Amino acid sequence: MTIALALEQLLNGIQLGVMLFLMAAGLTLIFGVMGLINLAHGSLYMVGAFACAAVAAWTGSFWIGLVASLVAAAAAGAIVELAVIRRLYDRDHLDQVLATFALILMFSEGTRWLFGSFPLYLDIPPLLQGAVALPGGTEYPVYRLAIIAAGALVAFGLYMLISRTRLGMRIRAGESDREMIGALGVDIRTLYTVVFALGAALAGFAGAMVGAIQSVQVGMGEPVLILAFVVIVIGGIGSIKGALLGALLVGVTDTMGRFLLPKLMVLFVPPAQAGAIGGAVASMLIYIVMAIILAVKPRGLFPPAHA
Amino acid sequence: MKKMLAAATLALSLSASGLAFADPVKIGMITTLSGGGAGLGIDTRDGFMLAIKNAGNKDITVVTEDDAQKPELAVQIADKMIQSDKVDILTGIVWSNLLMAVAPSAVAQGKFYVSTNAAPAQLAGANCHKLYFNAAYQNDNLHEAMGEYANKGFKKMFILAPNYPAGKDSLTGFKRYYKGELAAEVYTQVGQTDYAAEIAQMRASGADGIFVFLPGGMGIAFMKQFAQSGVKIPVMGPGFSFSQDVLPAIGDAALGAKASGQWAPDFDNEASKKFLADFQKEYNRLPSIYAVQAYDAAQLILAAASKASVSDADAFAAELKKAEIQSPRGNFKFNTNQHPIQDIYLTEVIKKDGVLTNKTVEKIFTDHGDAYAKDCKL
Repeated sequence: MTIALALEQLLNGIQLGVMLFLMAAGLTLIFGVMGLINLAHGSLYMVGAFACAAVAAWTGSFWIGLVASLVAAAAAGAIVELAVIRRLYDRDHLDQVLATFALILMFSEGTRWLFGSFPLYLDIPPLLQGAVALPGGTEYPVYRLAIIAAGALVAFGLYMLISRTRLGMRIRAGESDREMIGALGVDIRTLYTVVFALGAALAGFAGAMVGAIQSVQVGMGEPVLILAFVVIVIGGIGSIKGALLGALLVGVTDTMGRFLLPKLMVLFVPPAQAGAIGGAVASMLIYIVMAIILAVKPRGLFPPAHA
Repeated sequence: MKKMLAAATLALSLSASGLAFADPVKIGMITTLSGGGAGLGIDTRDGFMLAIKNAGNKDITVVTEDDAQKPELAVQIADKMIQSDKVDILTGIVWSNLLMAVAPSAVAQGKFYVSTNAAPAQLAGANCHKLYFNAAYQNDNLHEAMGEYANKGFKKMFILAPNYPAGKDSLTGFKRYYKGELAAEVYTQVGQTDYAAEIAQMRASGADGIFVFLPGGMGIAFMKQFAQSGVKIPVMGPGFSFSQDVLPAIGDAALGAKASGQWAPDFDNEASKKFLADFQKEYNRLPSIYAVQAYDAAQLILAAASKASVSDADAFAAELKKAEIQSPRGNFKFNTNQHPIQDIYLTEVIKKDGVLTNKTVEKIFTDHGDAYAKDCKL
């Protein structure tokens, strides 16, 4: 194993983490402000990817597709909030899970009805094609570096939004005491719709970015959703900072586990089985990490102070 | 009354145009029509129904249901089809784990199962059954062919598959024929979407060839990411990795990839040309190998039904086993374990008239059976 390979895997881990952060940020924001468990968050990710693929195929430009993904996911989020989610804030979490699970099924079959069952094509924009040399002589795809950069920008933007703007102030106030902020004359219903649409847009953005290097297909959001839940549970539900660090932790742990564990297993079992056993343990690794963190800090790494 | 008469006359004239069956046949098709794997099931259904439609025989009915790629759902549907729909033959399952949940119990209840795709090793060897037929292949076959191909010109292979039974069958099949050195043997999670960690290992491994078995969306993600990685090692895989259901989504990143298959759209025989033309006319897209396999399964059933009554299991099984069909694949016959003996070809992904498709390069195996037939006591 060389330093170059380790560096490349570390970058891969960070990139996976950044992508998970885009999903987890919306999820944790929605839970933090509205107290809502939104299983349909993965569907919004899928909406973003399909919007980007369809618009990019139509216009020939990934960038227009990317804008379309933000618009489509935010619009889908706002519509869902107004039509369904709004009725769920006062219900318990089981009702929310049931209703948002139904939304997953509706989104999936709706997308199939619109686009068919075969995966769509979405390519990386020409500007970000190819690979660049890293120190140590290895090469790394430009697009993955771009995902890392985009994720860092979004994290910074979210931080500025929440700590420096009036909207952010209201979001923080909504997290702390939603009755009080309503009594102070803030239109809490509009605030909820805005936050939900913002979370949806982040998911749609992640879907479009990732759609270019993965398969744009029905049901693509659910595996990511599960990881995003792991991230926010590790990070502390409702905390954006927790989501960022949790996402990076999960991304790096998962990548390094997939890379190192099969090699480690060779020391104990014959090489033929090492791959299979190492692979199996690697796929459990993030859940093991989650269990350990929850055993030590039951509310996650950065639980919001008021919860 | 007039309407009924007209319908009766129509039915009569139609049944007269098709082959007259000894007894009506009812087929239950369980396949994946929703969820991530739906593309495969839809091709299966469409290929099967194309053969049924071409036959134009009213003595045959097909009921179709969606298993959503869930074993428990497939079992429920099979029970319902056997008990209340009274089907004679089950078919259509794409995935080996679903097939293992349905087929053994269906044949134990005296129903035929004709597989259009899934072909786990368990049902090809000692546990073969006289009512279980496979019209596609045995799971290992296409991987064995790539192992044989890799012997020519590749000295150090990096092999990768998802960590589930068919993935293990895949790498076992590859290694059964490949004689060179292995750079690494890697198992990934089923449904994994990011392969950056594996691609980095490929780069560092010093391999001169890469064999991947990643069906459906996994293969799409892998190929797109591999193309961006700057790694220049040739990629090969079984036909599923580059079949017509995933090629449009992979895009040009798939160009030049070598794969193994029992059929490609450029096959130069009458049956293949007819199938291709009919399929494109009916569904306005290119068929995948899943469609061909299902088309042949339907042809086999039709051929047997024209000679024997499905209620006489022994006679019907005997007719199925020796059925002669015009397969788009060319040579096709059943082995002793009722799995195919067929030719397997090397294919390459090309772009023809702006559409990505596979072209045949050379024949890898002639009259290839499987490694488990010798354990089957039929």
